[in-house]
Amino acid sequence: MIIIFGIFLLTLLVITALAIVRSESLFAAVILTGIFSLLMAANFFLLDAADVALTEAAIGAGISTVLFLGALALTGEHERGGSTNRLLALGVVTVTTLIVIYATFDKPRMGDPEAPVHQHVGAWYLEKTPELIDIPNAVTAVLGSFRGYDTLGEVFVVLTAGIGVLFLLSARNPGRPEEFPAADELDQGLRHYLVPRVVGRMLIPFIFLFGLYVQFHGDYGPGGGFQAGAIVAASVILYALLEGEARAFRALPMRVLKWLVAGGALLYGAVGVTSMLLGSNFLDYSVLASDPIVGQHIGIILIELGVGITVTGVLLCVFHAFAARGKV
Amino acid sequence: MALALVRALMGPTIYDRLLAANMFGTKTVLFLSIVAFLYGRPDFLDLALVYALINFIGVIAVLEFIRERVDHDTAEKSAGE
Amino acid sequence: MTMAIDILSWLMLTAGGVFVFIGGVGALRMPNLYTRMHAASLTDTMGAVLVLGGIMLQAGATLATIKLAAILLFLLLTSPTASNALASAAILSGLQPDEGPIKRGAKVE
Repeated sequence: MIIIFGIFLLTLLVITALAIVRSESLFAAVILTGIFSLLMAANFFLLDAADVALTEAAIGAGISTVLFLGALALTGEHERGGSTNRLLALGVVTVTTLIVIYATFDKPRMGDPEAPVHQHVGAWYLEKTPELIDIPNAVTAVLGSFRGYDTLGEVFVVLTAGIGVLFLLSARNPGRPEEFPAADELDQGLRHYLVPRVVGRMLIPFIFLFGLYVQFHGDYGPGGGFQAGAIVAASVILYALLEGEARAFRALPMRVLKWLVAGGALLYGAVGVTSMLLGSNFLDYSVLASDPIVGQHIGIILIELGVGITVTGVLLCVFHAFAARGKV
Repeated sequence: MALALVRALMGPTIYDRLLAANMFGTKTVLFLSIVAFLYGRPDFLDLALVYALINFIGVIAVLEFIRERVDHDTAEKSAGE
Repeated sequence: MTMAIDILSWLMLTAGGVFVFIGGVGALRMPNLYTRMHAASLTDTMGAVLVLGGIMLQAGATLATIKLAAILLFLLLTSPTASNALASAAILSGLQPDEGPIKRGAKVE
């Protein structure tokens, strides 16, 4: 049964991918990309990878579409003709596909307990999680604690991406003032459209609340910092879309956003340094409280919070960089 | 779901595609809810909820984008006259 | 009693599926954006209510039911708003209703 769903979804995925490549209108391509992300999320979901599916749905299908639309507002809408050598590209793709298909013949079957990925470290993590960390969601345990250093790297990658985007997109107007002028004609947002505005404003606090739920629920179910950051950012983006950039900047000025971006990573690093100061290794949460398991819980909550804050800040900075730029 | 996809591919104007994308999103939410439930994993309903939210924000973003472009065009036209 | 609930919920699920399908076919076959929107909204409302209602009946009184109710409430709130927003965007771009088959090269591709 799952196989049938899986094949169905994958077929739709291929069709969508072909459509994206072939369409000339970038607008259509953006929307189709949103559908593509959604199909991928459904796929991950069928493979029982709930955290990944949640992240893909929140970021790929939602935020990415909004950011792409923002970018489209600054560039043209139609693709310029490509100048690559088609036959060469086709040849490379065919060869690569054949190699990959050949490689799958050697793959162990999905879910095979004898497969190498289920032996060694994977099995150790699953075994040790109830004992050492005692939270139901093993993914968060691995992400937050066993592989905490990797996640620190991810947070810094997100931070760097945000800095990069801000550098690139602020370069044109170096003297731009921090706050937007309070001119009302500058940007109305969707204020004259009553229905979306009323419903949207009603929904914003709930979306925010849901984001917080996902953040703190990451220990017990699918969730965690990355997804929650995207959802909270989505709620603020909704506000910015509905009320216009001027008000959005008054609500959450750029200074605060920059603090958010850096603050999350700082929080994460601080947890690591604190555990060093308390006498153990970097990012070893067991020493954060008298009972090691409680220490692990505290550590995981704090770093997920750090991740969520940074992701929110970066996504909002990128959104404002795109959305506010066209107006100046 | 396949039908919505076809509309997304074929729709002559972008609004058709957007409509199809929105419908696709709703169908996916329903699909996810059914599967989550049938396979006995009720925590996965969070995923359906997130997607319902995100879908909505996407459509609003497009409206904003269009509105801004039309305003821009109108401003340009009246500036050029 | 549970048998009756079971049958009812499967009926609702099937009916919901039929509505979703009709919505999809309508979105394909209707001549105009606005008429397609009518068809699509079928999915969002009747389809969602029946399908989610069917699942809720199967779930009984658990946390899952509350989440499903939240999803349903949310869908019912946002789908009509999204349709409104979409129609506003289309009108704003000059896509007039009652045009019959859409000509290619309308103002926005």
